[in-house]
Amino acid sequence: MKKTKLIDLFFSFLKIGAFTFGGGYAMMPIMQREVVDKKGWASDEDILKILVISESTPGVLAVNSATFIGYKIRGFWGSFFATLGVVIPSFVIISLLSFFILEFKQNEIVAHAFSGIRAGVAMLIFNAVFKLSKKMRKNWFTYLIVAFAFLTMLLTNLSPILLLFIGALAGIVYGAVETRKKEVQHA
Amino acid sequence: MLDLLRLFWMFFKIGLFTFGGGYAMIPLMQQEIVGGGYVELELFIDFIAISESTPGPFAVNMATFVGMEAYGFLGAAFTTLGVIMPSFVIILLIAAFGAKALESNIVKHAFIGLKPVVVGLVLSVAAMLAFRKMLPLFDFKALVFDATVFDWKGVLIMGIVFGLSRLSKKMTPIKMIFLSALLGIVLYGFF
Repeated sequence: MKKTKLIDLFFSFLKIGAFTFGGGYAMMPIMQREVVDKKGWASDEDILKILVISESTPGVLAVNSATFIGYKIRGFWGSFFATLGVVIPSFVIISLLSFFILEFKQNEIVAHAFSGIRAGVAMLIFNAVFKLSKKMRKNWFTYLIVAFAFLTMLLTNLSPILLLFIGALAGIVYGAVETRKKEVQHA
Repeated sequence: MLDLLRLFWMFFKIGLFTFGGGYAMIPLMQQEIVGGGYVELELFIDFIAISESTPGPFAVNMATFVGMEAYGFLGAAFTTLGVIMPSFVIILLIAAFGAKALESNIVKHAFIGLKPVVVGLVLSVAAMLAFRKMLPLFDFKALVFDATVFDWKGVLIMGIVFGLSRLSKKMTPIKMIFLSALLGIVLYGFF
């Protein structure tokens, strides 16, 4: 099989980066079409694998996917150029926009629009809560943690990172107790 | 140079401690960026709206914005590098050595507790932004607010946009942003 050129890899991911809005999950169908259907670089299983891995690793889904597929095709340099490709459209577009945004906002109509947008963004984030909670187990333990994280973040200056550690630790203890209970029941 | 390294480190942390992608990133970003005095809350919210309505990964858009605002082009390069570095390194290791560690019970159990923390954190940002829109002088940490500056137009927009987004699946984030911009122009411009 002919070696895939790094430049092809770069441009494919450049295209993926340039044509997805919202990033992450919105990107997956476009990535699948380009990388699986069109180029045959990866299989549907690979795409699924990336999603599963991304569920249990931190970071940016778009970068996870580019790195994973890039590596599969051409090793380290493959992941390097795929990641570069997926990032560059964002970087260029936002750099250019940021030159204009402050002046743009001086305009009265634009200022009104942004006043409205700030209300919309709050609701956008509320909707993200619904989406995120779909993947969460629902019982007294998890609800207690939701309430704890919510109140702590709202009322104190503690770092979210600390709260994530506390949550992970609580989860490990909870999981261990649950496993033990099951073992006792089976014995 | 020290400023650039600080920006890099800030976004490295943000990349490393984001579980659940995109919006799960906002609480930590808000604390580091707004709390750290790099960008004001209003501008931060505007960045979120623009990042959502321009192409590309949300995290990279946000990083580029904040970097540009704080330190120009070089700043943007460092923040972007910072936010993608954890993903890049972790996935490279997994691609090279496999994902056995992820299948351990400890990791699975940790996520039982991690996910609700993320939900609580994101919920708190949503609540904070909604209250701030309604009562612009609201301060949760000091529990101070001034009920005389009640922004009913903001409340109306939030109600309409939220209601529609729950009723219709077609109400994508971009459409929500454009609708709230339109409502903003009408309500704040003519009433």
